[in-house]
Parts: sequence; structure tokens; C-alpha cells
Amino acid sequence: MKEQFIEKFKEVVEVESVELTLETNFRELEEWDSLAGLSIIAMIDEEYDVVLEGSEFKNQNTIGDLINAIQSKIDGKA
Amino acid sequence: MTNGIFGLHGKKVLITGASSGLGKAIAIECAKQGAEVILVGRDIDRLNATLSLCEGSNNWTIQQDLTDLNGLSQFVQNLPMLDGAVFCAGIIKRNPIKFINPSTLQNIFDINVFSIVELTRLLVKLKKINNDASLVMISSVGSDHASLGNISYMASKGAINSFIRGLAFELAKNQVRVNAVLPGMIKTNLTKGISDEDLKFEIERYPLGRFGQPEEVAYACIYLLSDASKWVTGTKLVIDGGLTLR
Ligand SMILES: NC(=O)c1ccc[n+]([C@@H]2O[C@H](COP(=O)([O-])OP(=O)(O)OC[C@H]3O[C@@H](n4cnc5c(N)ncnc54)[C@H](OP(=O)(O)O)[C@@H]3O)[C@@H](O)[C@H]2O)c1
Repeated sequence: MKEQFIEKFKEVVEVESVELTLETNFRELEEWDSLAGLSIIAMIDEEYDVVLEGSEFKNQNTIGDLINAIQSKIDGKA
Repeated sequence: MTNGIFGLHGKKVLITGASSGLGKAIAIECAKQGAEVILVGRDIDRLNATLSLCEGSNNWTIQQDLTDLNGLSQFVQNLPMLDGAVFCAGIIKRNPIKFINPSTLQNIFDINVFSIVELTRLLVKLKKINNDASLVMISSVGSDHASLGNISYMASKGAINSFIRGLAFELAKNQVRVNAVLPGMIKTNLTKGISDEDLKFEIERYPLGRFGQPEEVAYACIYLLSDASKWVTGTKLVIDGGLTLR
């Protein structure tokens, strides 16, 4: 899921400036803005059927945080 | 209680979305003005919680998913004659254009548009609306006032803004009035997805310096349901603390 998520992230936010890793703080990306935030939430909903509320999302800063949040919601559903 | 010109004594009013947020406040306040309210939503426990806060003994609840269009006919057949209805059930989903597809759009339109049109059709067809009745649709200033990611919601409320105009024209011959209320931001279950940070930023845009209270939307509905607005039809009443002044 890791590589796939990073690919999706790059595509949605149109990241060209840097390579993304689990440790990347996405909020510091040159391409990051509020539309990017909404797009990531929508992408996570579409691809993983997971709804992140704005209040949860604001506590996540790295790509790894996002993957963990998705995973724990998927596990919670199972 | 005296029944002044804004009073709703003797009026039977259907209220959808009465299990939460604005619809709940509308139910409670209408009952305070003497209306007999019929509360509709999917969550029966929350509907009953609203019911317990409504004055009067002729109020009741109906559990109904309004997007179940096939079930609506039976639902309407079981209703008494109505003097008013407030269509408040609705949802929001923030999707940038790249993530809007027929299925996400359908989800929003199912409740925000299709359920309203179908419910209205059945109410008219099965003659459940008294002459002189008043129909109120809860639209939003968001129909015309962009906020990021809200495109499908905006479009659904825009559809309702136009719907009330056509319907008001068609139902005028029966003295039935149709109006919309367009609220700005009011903290409810609907807005819980918005982060505190965004809310702080958002509140700056309100000239009156705060978000609205659910009751403030209810008072607008009371006016539109009451005889005080007998010559008002097809209007879009904005209740937004001045948000759209600029
Ligand atoms: N809050 C705001 O800032 C704001 C601003 C402008 C306009 N509005 C509009 O005001 C209306 C009410 O919003 P709110 O803030 O009160 O939201 P809310 O607290 O989330 O309440 C929504 C209501 O709609 C009902 N509902 C949703 N889907 C339904 C379905 N399929 N069948 C039957 N009932 C359904 C819910 O019933 P159950 O929970 O029982 O399913 C609930 O009672 C909406 O039309 C919204 O667009 C709100």
C-alpha cells in the first residue's frame, strides 16, 4: 500500500519538487495548499473507502501519518 | 399562549431532518409557536429526543429514509393534511472537481434534490397540502457563494433555489406559498468535518462577528410558515450574519 499511496499522493498534489518518503512532511511541500488538503481527503475516501474528518487530518503531518491513519481505520472496520 | 401574526397555532407542519441540527431547532421553535409538528429522519432515537423537547401533545415522529423513493408514497399516504412543511434534511460532501463522479454527485443530489422534488410531487398529487399552506426549503448561501471543495453541494442547493421559483409559480393558484431559507454557517453535525483552524479563518468573514445559531434559522422558518408572510412566495431569505454582503 505504501508505494501505491505515495504514487497517488504525487499525482493528486502534483508534486514535482522532491521525492516523497514516509517521513516527508507534506505540509511543507511547495505544492501544498488547502485544495491539496481537500484533494487528499477525497482521494483517501475514493481509493480506500476511508473518511478522514478535517479535525483528524489536521493532526497528520507526514505521509507515514496518513498511511497509519488509513490503516487503523481499515483495521477498525474489519 | 396568544397566537399573534407570527403564531402557528392550529397548523400541522412536516419537518424533515428533525433529528439533528437545524431541523431539530426548527421543530422545537415551531412547536413553541403552537404548531403541531411531524418529525422525520432516519435515526429514531434522535427523533424521539427532539420530540421530547417539543411543546404540545399532538406531535409525532416518523422514521423514514427520504432517499428511498419507493417508500415515499406509503409515507405520504400516511400523512395528515398539512399547513406547512420544512424540507431540512440534507448532507454535504467536500470534493474537488477531480473527485466528483456520477456516484458522488448522485449521493448528494439523492437527498438534497431528488428526495425534495419527489416528496413535493407526492404531497401535491395525493392532495396532502391545504390551500394557504407554506412550504419552506432549507437551501444555503453556499449555493452562490463559493467555498473550496463545495461544488456538488453548491450545485444541489442551486437546483433548490430554482426549484422553489418554479414551484411557487405553479402552486400559487392554490394560495400555496413556496420559499427558501439560505443560512450561512451554523455549527451542527453537518459542519463537524471542518477543522478548528478553518473555522477560525471562516469566522473572520462574518461582519456580525460570529456564526449563526440553529434557532436563528428556525425564526426565519416561523415567519415563512406564519400568516405574517401571506404575500411572500418564491423568495430566498438569506440568514448569514452579513457573510454575503461583500
Ligand atoms: N449547518 C450549516 O451551517 C448549514 C448552512 C446552510 C444550510 N444548511 C442546510 O441545513 C440542512 C440541515 O443541516 P444541519 O446543519 O442541521 O445538518 P445535520 O445536523 O447533519 O442534520 C441533517 C439532517 O438531515 C437528515 N437526513 C440526512 N439524510 C437523510 C435521509 N436520507 N433521509 C432522512 N433524513 C436524512 C438527518 O437525519 P438522520 O440523522 O436521522 O439520518 C438529520 O436530521 C441541510 O439541508 C443543510 O444543507 C446547513
